[in-house]
Amino acid sequence: MSTEKELKNLIIEGTVYKTTYTGKYSNRVSWQSPDPNKLYSFIPGTVIDIFVKPKDKVKEGETLLLLEAMKMQNQVRMPFDGEIVRIHVKKDETIPKKHLMVEIKPLNTKVKIET
Amino acid sequence: MSIRSNVLDLRKRKREIQKGGGDKAIEKQTQMGKLTARERIVALLDKNSFHEYDLFVEHSAKDFGMETKVLHGDGVIIGTGTIYNKPVCIFAQDFTVAGGSLGLMHARKITKIMDHALKMRVPLIGINDSGGARIQEGVNSLAGYGEIFFRNTLASGVIPQISVILGPCAGGAVYSPALTDFVFMVENISKMFITGPGVIKSVLGEEISMEELGGAKVHAEITGNAHFYAVSEQECFEQIKKLISYIPRNNISKAMPFPPKPPRKGKKIEDIVPGDSRIPYDMREIIKSITDNSEFFEIMEHFAPNIIIGFGRMEGETVGFIANQPMVLAGVLDTDSSDKSARFIRYCDAFNIPIVTLEDLPGYLPGVDQEHAGVIRHGAKILYAYSEATVPKITVIIRKAYGGGYIAMNSRHLRADFVFAWPTAEIAVMGPEGAANIVFRKEIAEAENPEKVRQQKIQEYKEKFANPYVAAAQGYIDEVIEPRDTRGRILHGLKVSENKNVLLPNKKHGIPPF
Repeated sequence: MSTEKELKNLIIEGTVYKTTYTGKYSNRVSWQSPDPNKLYSFIPGTVIDIFVKPKDKVKEGETLLLLEAMKMQNQVRMPFDGEIVRIHVKKDETIPKKHLMVEIKPLNTKVKIET
Repeated sequence: MSIRSNVLDLRKRKREIQKGGGDKAIEKQTQMGKLTARERIVALLDKNSFHEYDLFVEHSAKDFGMETKVLHGDGVIIGTGTIYNKPVCIFAQDFTVAGGSLGLMHARKITKIMDHALKMRVPLIGINDSGGARIQEGVNSLAGYGEIFFRNTLASGVIPQISVILGPCAGGAVYSPALTDFVFMVENISKMFITGPGVIKSVLGEEISMEELGGAKVHAEITGNAHFYAVSEQECFEQIKKLISYIPRNNISKAMPFPPKPPRKGKKIEDIVPGDSRIPYDMREIIKSITDNSEFFEIMEHFAPNIIIGFGRMEGETVGFIANQPMVLAGVLDTDSSDKSARFIRYCDAFNIPIVTLEDLPGYLPGVDQEHAGVIRHGAKILYAYSEATVPKITVIIRKAYGGGYIAMNSRHLRADFVFAWPTAEIAVMGPEGAANIVFRKEIAEAENPEKVRQQKIQEYKEKFANPYVAAAQGYIDEVIEPRDTRGRILHGLKVSENKNVLLPNKKHGIPPF
C-alpha cells in the first residue's frame, strides 16, 4: 500500500482528494487548440514531392506537397488563400504522424508567425 | 496377424505424432522459455485426466509444396479433461508444428471441441501459440478463423470461455481471445497484436519491440485486453484453476460450493476507513473483511485500478464484487473503469453470480481526454449493465456517492435489491465544495470576506446533505447500518434473494452502448 508521501492531489468539483495516479493518467496528453496556420501530417509517411517554397502565394485547394502513406499518394492542400511561411520537411523525408510540415498565413491579414 | 501387432502399430503411430514438430522444434520451444502444448495441458488439467481426440487428423493443403509435408495433428491438440474433477474442453496450439499455423483441418479440430463444449455445457479453454494463418492454405485458413469466432459468439454467456496466450497470437487470430470471457497472459511469452512491429516499422517508421507493443504487461495495464497477468506459465495455470473454482460450469449451474468460513481476524472494518472523505484507503481491505477467509480473487488488477472487480465467497458461495478504489484516482469512474466493470456485471449476470457493490466515489474523471475518448458512451455501459442485470444486486455505500456516480453504482433506481449505507455515507448531487460554490454563489461573491463565507456554506451544506439520512428518508437507502454489520447484512440479503425472479420485457436483444 502506498504511504502518505506518495499520495497526489486530484480535484473533482472543487474538492481536493488525496490519491495515487495511474500511468495512463500521468501520461495523458493535455489538450491544445489546433493552430490553423500550422499543417501537421495526419498520417505517418514519406514526403515524395513539394510544390511550393516560402513566400509563395497559394490559393485555397492547391496542392502543397505529396505525402505517401499506406501506398497512397495523399495530396496536402492549402486550406485557405494564403502565403507559405516556412516548410519544415524535405523531399524523400519520412515523417511520423502529427509532424509539423508547413507553416502558412492567410492573405490580407497580419499574423505574427513564431519562428 | 494378431491383435497384439495392431496395438503395437497403434502405439508406434501415436508416439510418432505425439512428438509434434520433433526434437529440434521442441528444443527451440524450450529455449524460448516455453512449455510444449502437451506439457501445458498436463500442467493445467487434473492428473491423468486428459483424453485426446483427432490425433490422426492431417492437413488437406495441396499447393506450394504442402502436399508432401507431414504436420503432426495439424499443429493443434484437442481433448477433454477435468479441473477440480469438473469437466473442461481444451485445445492447445502446437508451435513446434509449422509454427502452430492455422489451416483448415487445424481449425476444424478446434471447432469440433468448441461444438462439444457448447453441447455438453462445459468450460472451454484455448491455449494460443500460433504464428497465425497458414498462408499456403489461403482463404481456407480465413474460413477457419471465421468459424471459430462464430462459435465464440454463440457460446458467449452459455459456457465460460478462457483464452490463454502462450506465444504469439497475431493478426485475425486475436479476435478469438477478444470474444472470450477471460484472457490470460504471461510476461515475455505472450504476444498479441493486429499488426506486428515489422509492419509498423516498414509502413509507419515507428520502432517498437514485440513486448512493448503487445506483451502481457501492455495488455494487462494499458489496453485492457488481458484479464490476468503472470510471470510464468506455472503461475498462469494456477490462476486459471483458481478462476475455474469460482465460476459455474455453465449458465444453468452454480459454482461449486466451498465450506463456509468467517473472515480472518484482522483490522476492524470500522478502522479501515478514514473519517475525512478526502483521504484514501485500500478498498480491498473492506472486501477482505467481508469475504470467507478474507479471500478475494481480483480480475484485471492492473487495468483501471480505480475500480476493483473480482470474486470472493460468502458462506461458501461465489459472489462478484465491484468496488470503487479511493486509493487510485480517488476511485472515479472513467472510460476504462466503466468498460471494466460493465463487462464484469454482464459476466456475473450471465452466469447467475450475485453482485455486491461497494461504493465510495466522487464522480467522473474530468478532462478533455476523457470527454474526447467518449466517456459518455463508456459510462453509459455501467448504467446499462446494472439495469439489465437480474441477479441479486446489493449495494453498500461506504462514503461518497455523488452525482452520476451515485446513480451508476447500482443504485435503487437501477433496481438494486438492497441498498445499505454506512453512517459515514455522503449521498448528494455533488461534493460539499462544489455544491456550496454553486448554491451560494451570490452570497459568497457579495460577502465582505468571500472565503470565510464560502467555508461557512461548505460546512452548512456538509451538515445538511453529506450524510445518508436524506436518501434514507426517501427510501432510496433501505437501511443505514453499522460497519461491523456489513457482512451479516449482505449475507442475509443474498439469502432472501435466492429465488429472485425478475422478468425483463421480451425482446430479441438490447442495444448496449458498446
